[in-house]
Amino acid sequence: MADGLRAYALIAAMWVRSTMTYRFSFAMTLLSNFVTTGLDFVVILLMFGHVRGLGGFSFAEVAFLYGTTSTSFGLADLLLGQVSRLGRRVRDGTLDTLLVRPAPVLAQVAADRFALRRLGRITQGLVVLVWSLALLDVAWTLPKVLLVPVMVVTGGVLFGSVMVAGAAFQIWAQDGAEVVNAFTYGGNTLLQYPPSVFAGELVRGVVYVVPLAFVNWVPALYVLGRAAPAGLPAWSAFLSPLVAAALCVPAALFWRAGLRAYRSTGS
Amino acid sequence: MWLYAAVAAGGFRRHATYRMATVAGMFTNTVFGFILAYTYVALWDERPHLGGYDMSEALTYVWIGQALLATTGLMGSSFEEELIERIKTGDIAVDLYRPADLQLWWLAAVYGRAAFQLLARGVVPMAVGSLAFELALPRNPLTWAAFLLSVALGVLVNFAIGYLVALSAFWLLDGAGVVQVAWLSGLFFSGMLLPLTVFPGTLGEVARALPWSSALQVPADVFLERRTGARLAEAYAFQAGWALVLLAGGRVLQAVATRRVVVQGG
Repeated sequence: MADGLRAYALIAAMWVRSTMTYRFSFAMTLLSNFVTTGLDFVVILLMFGHVRGLGGFSFAEVAFLYGTTSTSFGLADLLLGQVSRLGRRVRDGTLDTLLVRPAPVLAQVAADRFALRRLGRITQGLVVLVWSLALLDVAWTLPKVLLVPVMVVTGGVLFGSVMVAGAAFQIWAQDGAEVVNAFTYGGNTLLQYPPSVFAGELVRGVVYVVPLAFVNWVPALYVLGRAAPAGLPAWSAFLSPLVAAALCVPAALFWRAGLRAYRSTGS
Repeated sequence: MWLYAAVAAGGFRRHATYRMATVAGMFTNTVFGFILAYTYVALWDERPHLGGYDMSEALTYVWIGQALLATTGLMGSSFEEELIERIKTGDIAVDLYRPADLQLWWLAAVYGRAAFQLLARGVVPMAVGSLAFELALPRNPLTWAAFLLSVALGVLVNFAIGYLVALSAFWLLDGAGVVQVAWLSGLFFSGMLLPLTVFPGTLGEVARALPWSSALQVPADVFLERRTGARLAEAYAFQAGWALVLLAGGRVLQAVATRRVVVQGG
């Protein structure tokens, strides 16, 4: 574990230095990353230009959902997003190189081409989150206040687990990267909107099957003083750290099984 | 001419080889289709006839969008990344030596891919969508042909944009940031996230006049029979006009780039 973190830090630092060689280029990509990842929030703004509520939720509430999931997703994307490139390494055989190096493969894959520009998405998510907190009319209690940062961090862990499991899946399904997008990008889009918008089966799916609902829906609805989705009890809002920790286990096992099943292309 | 036909056929066959990727893509398009469809239902429930569409037309719009996402290459068209990779590694020097036009070569490959993606990733999600929701299919059978022509022009415009984006790698060397910006603005301004007819005031007018609208908003309106007769001819002229301007821009940029090119690699 310590080995992995050290390797990750070293490789990431190397990529950051390499990016910083072209400072102007980096500043431009960071700024444009900030603006363009916000375009899906512009869509929500445009929607609220026409309606006063979406699925019974006000603008501030939807912005809160958007801000929490986007920040979580941004964190996971910054730290682990590069694992989605694993399929390509499997196809062209360059994964072999990583296997012989004396550092955990996951750390190497995750830190490969570490993209600091992804801070843009996190910043954008945080800006919306802070704005929504200013607009929200919530009776804040201590548990609710604590739940907000906890939600953002555990959400990042949940998205990260899905990304790692998805990368492992690519070792078998070499060019199946897009399936993972349905859960990562798709999950992020889904969680930006209130659960009342979606069909019951879809909501139950992200609560009980792929527990992405714990990224923000379950804790956020508690903060907003609304009933938890899919018939969960109210105290389930505090379960998200447990769910996130529990999801890490199958993700890690899946990753190990994937690495063992790896067959090099031999070219 | 035969050369480019062969390249196009190769592009079709190449993408047909990756069965897993195709199935994965169908799955992802279907999932996104459902997510967007539900948000549209919530929106059109509150405001029926928003943007001039009724509920079933709005839902049809969602599924056309999913069908065209891979076809027009709005979402991560692999050709840009490949071309950027060739520029970065210096392989582009070999391409420039070939007795074929660089732009036409890639265009042919993109058309081959688009034909495959429309058949594979266009038809299946649309069929799933029509089972789950009530969609508004064209009443006039000729509309299908008109729609295909508009899609073909949309592919052309989006290729021309992608070509410009990829050539920027001659100067920037790291194309990842530019590609992501082009990709996300393409999604927004094509109307993939929300129909451009719903955009308010000046933003709407500007968005509808930008080239990206050729990739989804215009073909979708043709499909929904919002553009017939003179309005249809106008739509084609709009798409073809942007295609010409952007393709010409690509040629100019290519000429400038090749004159100053210092081949990477070694």
